[in-house]
Amino acid sequence: MPKDGGIGASTKRREDVRFLTGKGRYTDDINIRGQLYAHFVRSDVAHGRIKGIDTKAAEASPGVVKVFTATDFSALGGIPCGWQVTDRFGKVMQEPKHPVLADGKVRHVGDPVALIVAETLEQARDAAEAMSVDIEELPAVLDMKDAVKDGATKVHDDLTSNLCYDWGFVEENKGAVNEAFAKAAHTVSLELVNNRLVANPMEPRVAVGDYEDHSGMHTLYTTSQNPHVIRLLMGAFVLAIPESKLRVVAPDVGGGFGSKIYHYAEEAAVTMAAKVLKQPVKWTASRSEAFISDAQGRDHVTKIELALDKDHNFMAIRTDTYANMGAYLSTFAPSIPTWLHGTLMAGNYKTPLIYVNVKAVFTNTVPVDAYRGAGRPEATYQLERLIDKAARELGRDPVDLRRQNFIKPDQFPYQTPVAVVYDTGNYDATMDKLLEISDHAGFAKRADASKAKGKLRGFGIAHYIEACGIAPSNLVGQLGARAGLYESASVRVNATGSISVFTGSHSHGQGHETSFAQVVSEMIGIDASQIEIIHGDTSNSPMGMGTYGSRSLAVGGSAIVKATNKIINKAKKIAAHLLEAAEGDIELKDGKFSVAGTDKSVDWVGVTLAAYVPHNYPLAELEPGLEETAFYDPSNFTYPAGAYGCEVEVDPETGKVDIVAFSAADDFGNIVNPMIVSGQVHGGLAQGIGQALMENCAYDENGQLLSGSFMDYAMPRADDVPFYHVDHSCITPCTHNPLGVKGCGEAGAIGSPPAVVNAVIDALHRAGHTNITHIDMPLTPARVWAAMNA
Amino acid sequence: MHNFDFVKPSSVADAVAAMSGEGAQALSGGQTLIPTMKQRLAAPAVLVSLTGISEMKGVCMGDGGLSIGGATTHATVAAEAAKYYPALAALAGQIGDPAVRNRGTIGGSLANNDPSACYPAAALGSGATIVTNMRRIAADDYFQGMFTTALEEGEIITEVVFPIPEKAAYAKFVQPASRFALTAAFVAKFKDGVRVAITGASNDGVFRWPEAEAALSGNFSGAAIEGLTVASDGMIADLHGTAAYRAHLVKVMTKRAVAAAH
Repeated sequence: MPKDGGIGASTKRREDVRFLTGKGRYTDDINIRGQLYAHFVRSDVAHGRIKGIDTKAAEASPGVVKVFTATDFSALGGIPCGWQVTDRFGKVMQEPKHPVLADGKVRHVGDPVALIVAETLEQARDAAEAMSVDIEELPAVLDMKDAVKDGATKVHDDLTSNLCYDWGFVEENKGAVNEAFAKAAHTVSLELVNNRLVANPMEPRVAVGDYEDHSGMHTLYTTSQNPHVIRLLMGAFVLAIPESKLRVVAPDVGGGFGSKIYHYAEEAAVTMAAKVLKQPVKWTASRSEAFISDAQGRDHVTKIELALDKDHNFMAIRTDTYANMGAYLSTFAPSIPTWLHGTLMAGNYKTPLIYVNVKAVFTNTVPVDAYRGAGRPEATYQLERLIDKAARELGRDPVDLRRQNFIKPDQFPYQTPVAVVYDTGNYDATMDKLLEISDHAGFAKRADASKAKGKLRGFGIAHYIEACGIAPSNLVGQLGARAGLYESASVRVNATGSISVFTGSHSHGQGHETSFAQVVSEMIGIDASQIEIIHGDTSNSPMGMGTYGSRSLAVGGSAIVKATNKIINKAKKIAAHLLEAAEGDIELKDGKFSVAGTDKSVDWVGVTLAAYVPHNYPLAELEPGLEETAFYDPSNFTYPAGAYGCEVEVDPETGKVDIVAFSAADDFGNIVNPMIVSGQVHGGLAQGIGQALMENCAYDENGQLLSGSFMDYAMPRADDVPFYHVDHSCITPCTHNPLGVKGCGEAGAIGSPPAVVNAVIDALHRAGHTNITHIDMPLTPARVWAAMNA
Repeated sequence: MHNFDFVKPSSVADAVAAMSGEGAQALSGGQTLIPTMKQRLAAPAVLVSLTGISEMKGVCMGDGGLSIGGATTHATVAAEAAKYYPALAALAGQIGDPAVRNRGTIGGSLANNDPSACYPAAALGSGATIVTNMRRIAADDYFQGMFTTALEEGEIITEVVFPIPEKAAYAKFVQPASRFALTAAFVAKFKDGVRVAITGASNDGVFRWPEAEAALSGNFSGAAIEGLTVASDGMIADLHGTAAYRAHLVKVMTKRAVAAAH
């Protein structure tokens, strides 16, 4: 019988009750007495020199309290970058200034130029129309390869060029890799684009700044995936506010997908404005603003090559990528195409030699940073597309060629040539499971049925690996991270036995309030209804690093386990005292402490009450109370992996691709809540399929966003995706965290784009279009039709 | 959104009077106008709502064909026109999403004449008559290019009359983001000939395809237009498709409409 609680149970998400009944409390639901409204005047050109800003008319406009421009922030710091990459010559990256409000130049459409604060939002917007900003337009820097040529227009005048860094990994392997290519029996190459995406969480960004004059206390309510990180970055680097005087609250947050990790200028602007004006200031992004101010994702242009020996063993991989940074460095932008991308280039394969070159480039576009998967989808896409191409060129079955080169179960822990050590995995098992659940054997019959109705059917496979829970802190520090990557938890047991768990992780759709409670419930043996999970407020939880990179259960969950173990250890001491037994004889089972081999016991509440009403208590040896904090810093990444299979039908007349089946066989290690895991995979798949077939953030030659609204930016809708077949029964538990879990949030978005594209290419080849070796994402009907009719 | 005055007359006459005011703008379902105002791209002084005028609502069969009030929503047309003119009802049922269909109106769509909207194809493809408070306008005279119509300042579409063909169908290839027509064809076979109207494809908005009409009038089958080609000159080229792609889709969607006509 399936469990109805604890680890492994598909407990329904407790947070959904408030989300589905409109009772969630999002940042925009926070309204403080005396609140003013902020509107940002933004650049409508991609690149230009600010000749003058005349704020007089705006200041005289009804209801306007103040107009801020760059000069109001000149004494403060700029928006910091949280990761410094060192290039292949040992030089640190070029790091441009990132003023809160544009200073001297505007560098992308949407770059904030002024902040108008008024009594109502409409008054602020009226004032914006009255304001005149004189901008001398400059040529927009857009194409990355042109941008790094000598003499190219510079996005940042004070940098030597538009090249942020030229990174080589592993630089020492470069010669050996080139040698392997020179000696290879076969080489295969592919040039491709990983299309730029807009994250588009359902809730746009919101920031409310508040200031208490008598105490000097600042509060920022913000739509963030990591309030502590925002407190650190904004307090220490931008506004010079000590942490003790700055509280950051990220209440219910309606999705992030990475775009709410970063510290944004708007947060600093409203926090400072609230102090200057001594009134709360609220800013709520419109959807149009989100398109031109939320950090965007992907945008790589890549050439990848594979060298194989005569038996088709992978000998070497060489890649050459241009990665778009946009106009400024967003918080973690430099790390995405490097440490989250180059380190994954081995995939699931035992390729002995790998060299990854990445040139990060500034352009006059919205900054680019992590988006669901972050670097790992880019690595997986190029590798899995290339292997498919290799199989086709060599006349090999794409499954067999992958299997031949898979790292085998007995080879773990496996040191890849790109620094990381995979702790565990079984890629043949996930591949077997995929072939089973997708009825791969029955494909030919289904292809015939499609043909009979005039459709071209194809089957595409991809096998991915990802690295989650990026860590340990001392290693990432060496790699350039300016932050630690541990997680925190405080477990507060209340006098009558209920438990409040304060986590440094943040839930914005992941269901932590349910799954974290399941973990504690399992460990102590009390009902999950007695356990509350509290997050999102720097004033009550220990310094944590937040939620991204599929880290929360593996790192945040492990911190909770660690703190809960401390609780259990102390509770056992109390129980030993109460039961007049040796501590070593105390057993905890189903919420009850008993003395081994006897019928003597005391229940959970008996112990917790004793801790807070310590009348009968070993006060000489033990402090009263039952509250513990733990910080968990993992010893390694976790390495989820899986096999994805996509089946498509292509309409040869229109080029339209329909996904008729999608199967995912993932190895996430141990599973706490299977239903939540399935949901995470479903969401990831929708986003991956969106990238593969629909989504495209495109700029015109002047740097104007062509897809600046949902009228042109194609988000997948329910009828664009199939019913998924998701399986996570292949389990190789993570060897180095206490739960044996690996993380599941990004997998769907990582593994699916190559599976979809491989399926379309397969369909076209089966129909005789053997000249088509690649189509760049998104595979819109127009692009597929154009390829078929080239 | 800028401030505006709002009036909701209950008769066409009152609406016409209200429309004569300075900066007045008719508001029907508001599915285009309201977002435009929220973006501050339009700032009418007075909005004259047409949705309170009962004489402008409803679907009924008359001598000249199926009469649809100008303020009738797409959802109502989808439900109530089905038994008289199934192709028209099916078209209405494919516009936007349920929220759009429950607010947007046929008069609003035709007055706006978005080059990718569905209703212009039905009106032109059926040879409908656009009835206003001032006159009756044949569809062939009504559509005058992208977002341009024969309507004069203050003129209100009160009714649209559709002759009922023997057979008709609408074949829509959706633009994946907006789900407007990337290219769509409305084909209607009447006793005296076939009409083919194409939306979504041309920079000039909805248009008739005379070569296909001639071919289909002789032989109402996809094969009849197989040999025709559509020039890509003047076709819309954007993120979602080139001019050549749209020109290609004109024929594909026309053939599909012919095959689906009933």
